[in-house]
Amino acid sequence: MSDTHAQTVPFVRDTMLPPAEPPIKEAGAMRWLRENLFSGPVNTILTILGILIVWFLVSHFWDWFAHSVWNAASLSECRQIIAETWGEGARGACWAVIRERWNQYVYGFYPPALYWRPTMAFGLLFVALAPVLFSEAPGIRRIVLGLTTVLTLWLMVALGAPAAWLVFAAIVLVGALAISERHVSWLLVFSVLYPLMGVWFLWGGSAWGPIMVLVGPVLGWIAWRVMHPLSGMVAVIAALVIPVLWWVGYAGEAARDAESIVSFAIPAVASDRFGGFLLSITIGISGIALSLPLGIVLALARRSDMFLVKSLAVIFIEFIRGVPLIALLFVASLLLNYFLPPGTNFDIILRVIIMVTLFAAAYMAEVIRGGLAALPKGQYEAADALGLDYWKAQRLIVLPQALKISIPGIVSTFIGMFKDTTLVTFVGLYDPLKSMSDAVRASTSWKGIYWEPYIFVGFIFFLICFAMSRYSMYLERRLARDHR
Amino acid sequence: MKTSIFLGTVAAATLMAGAGMADTLADVKARGELNCGVNTGLVGFAAPDANGNWTGFDVDFCKAVAAAVLGDATKVKYVPTTGQTRFTALSSGEVDLLARNSTWTFSRDTDLKLDFIGVNYYDGQGFMVRKDLGVTSAKELDGATVCIQTGTTTELNLADYFKANNMAYQPVNIDSNAEGEQQYMAGACDAYTTDASGLAATRAAFADPENHIILPEIISKEPLGPAVRHGDNNWGDIVRWTLYALIAAEEYGVTSANIGELTTSSQNPEVQRLLGVTDDLGAMIGLDKEWAKRAIMARGNYGEIFAANIGEQTPIGLARGLNAQWTQGGLMYAMPFR
Repeated sequence: MSDTHAQTVPFVRDTMLPPAEPPIKEAGAMRWLRENLFSGPVNTILTILGILIVWFLVSHFWDWFAHSVWNAASLSECRQIIAETWGEGARGACWAVIRERWNQYVYGFYPPALYWRPTMAFGLLFVALAPVLFSEAPGIRRIVLGLTTVLTLWLMVALGAPAAWLVFAAIVLVGALAISERHVSWLLVFSVLYPLMGVWFLWGGSAWGPIMVLVGPVLGWIAWRVMHPLSGMVAVIAALVIPVLWWVGYAGEAARDAESIVSFAIPAVASDRFGGFLLSITIGISGIALSLPLGIVLALARRSDMFLVKSLAVIFIEFIRGVPLIALLFVASLLLNYFLPPGTNFDIILRVIIMVTLFAAAYMAEVIRGGLAALPKGQYEAADALGLDYWKAQRLIVLPQALKISIPGIVSTFIGMFKDTTLVTFVGLYDPLKSMSDAVRASTSWKGIYWEPYIFVGFIFFLICFAMSRYSMYLERRLARDHR
Repeated sequence: MKTSIFLGTVAAATLMAGAGMADTLADVKARGELNCGVNTGLVGFAAPDANGNWTGFDVDFCKAVAAAVLGDATKVKYVPTTGQTRFTALSSGEVDLLARNSTWTFSRDTDLKLDFIGVNYYDGQGFMVRKDLGVTSAKELDGATVCIQTGTTTELNLADYFKANNMAYQPVNIDSNAEGEQQYMAGACDAYTTDASGLAATRAAFADPENHIILPEIISKEPLGPAVRHGDNNWGDIVRWTLYALIAAEEYGVTSANIGELTTSSQNPEVQRLLGVTDDLGAMIGLDKEWAKRAIMARGNYGEIFAANIGEQTPIGLARGLNAQWTQGGLMYAMPFR
């Protein structure tokens, strides 16, 4: 028996203490501050330094931002308004330059009456992207398509689009919204057709050109069907060669003949009218769309066992990565002119897109090769054990995992490439950042303006790149398979 | 061996390409449009406005040539060229004519295989300093920091000038005029140097132009002129004599306003020949009688073009100086139309 029993305990508390407020140092904002900003002497010093830097920046630039002028016809008028409103010697930002020249920053020298065309093309781009980017997120897709529909139609009305095209855009946009609710994959047909459609909207001309380009794959398919019973190999070759022959030899003439019989053309806009964000986005989107498949092929080729394929891929990748993009752009704009027969008009934007694509593809290949290398060997062996052939193994087992691993790298390459499109300034194209700003400064009214155009263009670039970055994070979360 | 065959083929192809482009006049007429290489943006000389229409001193010369050759001053495609791409754009045939404030130098004329057809603006390099620096002559700039655009003739001139005068300087390298202004305004350099026309335009755009002075010394010769390719002399003649027609028109008092009247009434035989009333000078260069008349009517004579774009009534406010007629003490001297 124990000596201790209830009676020997002098005091037993039979009620709970009333809950007290936590010490002020351990609660709420105070605690957060202590833990995150002032947790030790080093952190405290860094925090104070940070605050000082922010204070320094704000105190130096705040008055400049606060004294913003939005309505003026020239820099001198801006200065006059600032001097009148905030007193002599005050300084301020003259955003009036953006207000007056925004159209050039967005559309370059595109004919103002046709501004609705790039706008519509941009809106339809989201319809083409929706089934690819948001295939398994109906909620987000609905929001994106809904916003696109409203904004595109509103902008088209504001920019004075003809009624017929408004109806066309409305049918496509609303139709896409409706179809995507039931059969998202149907929209992929639109995604495949979009590149041709987009090119036609941007550059204009006869619709028969893109239509005749489309005839190529159809002919290839017919050839494949006809040849297939004879020999599989011959059928594949015919399916590849016949469209190329058609494009090189006959498509142009066929389009001209068709145009002369039934004219179906919209006003053509030459490449030298492109500029600003229209140019950047055109080059950026084409480069992104083309460099990803090319990069995958190159990455697979580099890991191939076939000597020739592997060597060619290594040479291509290492050569392109070893050369600055500006050098490639100069080759595109200057050197090609010497080698092509005189009188050939090989579009400068097309040349730049090709070079940017090749450049991005080389980097892309290395990023994806990283993903392929990160896959455990067991995955490849499992694919072999299942009896899958090379392409099936890559398509069903290897690539889905490798690409998922590579997402951050891929999107980084995209973002880098999109920002690199400003380098076209060196070949005389009007990129939004430098060429367009210099052109604006070359007018007597805006000479001497410096920071405002840079800040404006930088802000738009940030919005686009930040959106891409957020999308990649969303994609990573959605594809995460390891912690469910 | 194989390399040399390849290079030989390339060279031959280039030569053939060059030979194929020899008849620029026919090409331009067939195309119905003059490809004119201009600056991507230089105040007063070439700049696109808010609607994308090009204006400026060099642009007006393109218009005059288009009017002479094609009969329509609007039939010009302006090809913006950068300092790096301008000469290649011309020699590769991308442009028919380069009117891009380019300095006529020996090596450009010979080694780069260009033909400068004349001078449409005599420029020279100058210095701008803050007034409170107390400097009144470039000779007093010993030890100064100077903002200088890299890769231009001005950079070399600056080094030559300071060396010749036994002075030292600290260069602050800049990439573009806008950046140079910014550095100069921020006090990163004591002096800003570029062509005098550019300095005047820059100073005019300052919030406080009265606090800055342009020093009187002009340290270099920068004869700016339009250029064409070597090897097509007829096309060179057309461009050269279009420029002379504009200059001669000012000398003889032919303006875009009175040209119609002078065509019928002028008794001056030189004017009659210029305007195609008597002799058929145009036929000698493959054009019609009234080519020069159209060139003058496009944007006016040389003096009118100067006044409209960079003259004293414009915000840039350049005086004629060396660019006055030879009769007024300048260097503008058109060869006789005979």
